[in-house]
Amino acid sequence: MVAVRLAMGAIDVPLRWVQRRLGIGGMATFFLLPNMLIFGIFVLLPFFINFAYSMTGGTALFLPDRTFVGGEQYARLFDCVNYTDPNSCAEDTFWTAVGNTAWFVVLQVTLMILFSLITALILNRELMARSFWRAVFFFPVLLSPVVVGLIWKWILQRQGLLNFGLYGLGFDPYTWLNDRNWSFAATVGVSIWAHMGFYTLILLAGLQAIPKDLYEAAEMDGTRPARAFWRITLPLLMPNLLVVVVLVLIRAVQIFDEVYVLTGGGPGISTLYITQYIYETGFATQLRNPGLAAAASILMGAVLVVLTLVQLGLGRKGEKKGARK
Amino acid sequence: MKKTGTMLAALAVGLLTSTAALAGDVRIMWYSDGVEGEVLKDLLDRFMKENPGINVILDNVSYSVVKEQLPVQLEAGNGPDIARVTNLKAQAQHWLDLRPLVADAAYWDENFGGQADWMRPDGSNQISGFMTQITIAGGFANKTLFDQAGVAIPGKDATWDDWAKAAKQVAENQQVPFPMALDRSGHRLSGPNLAYGGNYIGADGKPAPLDEGSKNFLKTFVGWVADGTMSKDVWVSAAGSTYRAAADDFINGQLVYYYSGSWQVPNFSTKIGTNFDWVATGSPCGPANCTGMTGGAGLVAVKYTKNPKDVVKVMDYLASEPIVKEFSERTLFLPAHKGVLAKGLDFKTDDAQAKAALNAFVEASKTLSDEARKLPGWLWSDAVYGALVTRVSQAAAGEMTVDEAFARIDSDIATKVKDSGN
Repeated sequence: MVAVRLAMGAIDVPLRWVQRRLGIGGMATFFLLPNMLIFGIFVLLPFFINFAYSMTGGTALFLPDRTFVGGEQYARLFDCVNYTDPNSCAEDTFWTAVGNTAWFVVLQVTLMILFSLITALILNRELMARSFWRAVFFFPVLLSPVVVGLIWKWILQRQGLLNFGLYGLGFDPYTWLNDRNWSFAATVGVSIWAHMGFYTLILLAGLQAIPKDLYEAAEMDGTRPARAFWRITLPLLMPNLLVVVVLVLIRAVQIFDEVYVLTGGGPGISTLYITQYIYETGFATQLRNPGLAAAASILMGAVLVVLTLVQLGLGRKGEKKGARK
Repeated sequence: MKKTGTMLAALAVGLLTSTAALAGDVRIMWYSDGVEGEVLKDLLDRFMKENPGINVILDNVSYSVVKEQLPVQLEAGNGPDIARVTNLKAQAQHWLDLRPLVADAAYWDENFGGQADWMRPDGSNQISGFMTQITIAGGFANKTLFDQAGVAIPGKDATWDDWAKAAKQVAENQQVPFPMALDRSGHRLSGPNLAYGGNYIGADGKPAPLDEGSKNFLKTFVGWVADGTMSKDVWVSAAGSTYRAAADDFINGQLVYYYSGSWQVPNFSTKIGTNFDWVATGSPCGPANCTGMTGGAGLVAVKYTKNPKDVVKVMDYLASEPIVKEFSERTLFLPAHKGVLAKGLDFKTDDAQAKAALNAFVEASKTLSDEARKLPGWLWSDAVYGALVTRVSQAAAGEMTVDEAFARIDSDIATKVKDSGN
């Protein structure tokens, strides 16, 4: 206790000096400054450097060694006869990756939210060994994405655990990861398996914050459980759901690590998502093109910002509507 | 006061000694296909005993690190002091010129001169390093499977079609999943492309559009993937130009015929042991010739080193005749050193199959075409290999037709040439 008082006293003196200099209004800026500095150095500065890269051409890595080409990289990405047919585009791989990512986002976000919500609702009930089940669902979140990718590769590959089981049951083994549809499904399923626990936890916290007396009152009025869900649970869970949707969406667009290990983007390029395209273009391919990779990442960032703003806008609209009622 | 002074003095001594240790550090980035990392460590331990002032740090990494991360480090002016690399020519601007530094440049020219151009900028006489091994692409057959199936192993002049037919017969008879496999690598595809009459190098020294020779083999290859003659697993298991080998399938007895190269010999010798009999077959013939591809891994000094004098000592030691001889004999690698080759090698293995395989590859080196000998020292090899792998695997996965893949290969390579500003 004495140590705490001493520490507070030691902080008090310089802070009062700063306050005298900046005034009370300036203190907010003073406290935000470290965070803003970190944000500036590690987020804003790389963003501007990345944007600068996207305006340059050539294979050199250092910005000063690169040639300024203006919007040429963006023009190359958008050089398409028909955007729905990647084969008609100069950068067909980019548009295939965009298409793959779009499908992945639609499916993964929908299923992730659905499964997370169902799991949270089940775990919120009076279950036997509830803590154990919560740990079971949360466990995959603790695993490294590379471990997740490897585990599922060992399950799904030709001589993997799944085929071993099927063979034991008298079925023919199947090359799951060579089939474009199954590979795509695997990437969606594995990413849900790996991250669902985290979102379930957020929703579970939201469910537990809903006052029990609301359900008791509804029960006394003879409300059916389904109606209680739609009229009480879902509206009161909306702020948590919105957070989950934003997080899942951002994570889905950025999907890379576990898929890279699981399918490597194959078969062909059927599970090549936009982040892997950026990585391959900027770093992994022979005669890499950092400018094109930077342009693609700027576009991806822009899409993410738009999606997040739309979601937040919808969320606020919903809140206002709720407040009016 | 006295206590503080003592502490400061101790700190200064500590800092000085740590700086001295850093000055003598030589860091090597090394990848292994077999046991060569262990052999090198042993050789370096001996070197450090003889040269106590030099601390050689051996970083064993995967091949993908050398392929994907080293180029970025080099572009940033960083990286190890020495690296084992296969993409030698395209990164030649990053290698240190050892000519003015080595003890005897004439020794290097005489013994490693044949491949010196593979790793130096065009038009220079730079000594960048030496080849730790010369590799020859070629095939391996699971002899036990052939014997059990009662199918004769195709002879020396057998064509790709002959091998495909025989391997399919064996696979069907023995219920093996893959008749044939070829590594997911542009280098590996290039051997048969050249055997079918392909030529990548245009009149101006830049990449030429895909010709009929290459197209003919690639069409055949994609057809084989589609009908199950060639393992689909290897080729569709990744996007882009990512390298994938089928060595594990061969080692596990799941593959009848595997087209890879001489660097697999020590790997097979160690991992297959006496599980089954296998033989190296050289390269099958195409309509034009029976060539495979040559290449290999070179050990090069990086010009961004802070420690060139110690680096050169390490390079001189590793390139010396007795060390090259010992390294090659223990790793079962074909050396590049002329003197060592002339005096002959006594490969340290009791495995008669491995010895026979190495002899088969030495024999196969005699049928290499001129084109195959040129490609390792050609600036655009990797750009061509990358485009080949990317698009052929898409065709193999059924995402595009072979003709679409050909058009994309040409446009991808043309874009790479344009992007490079050359």
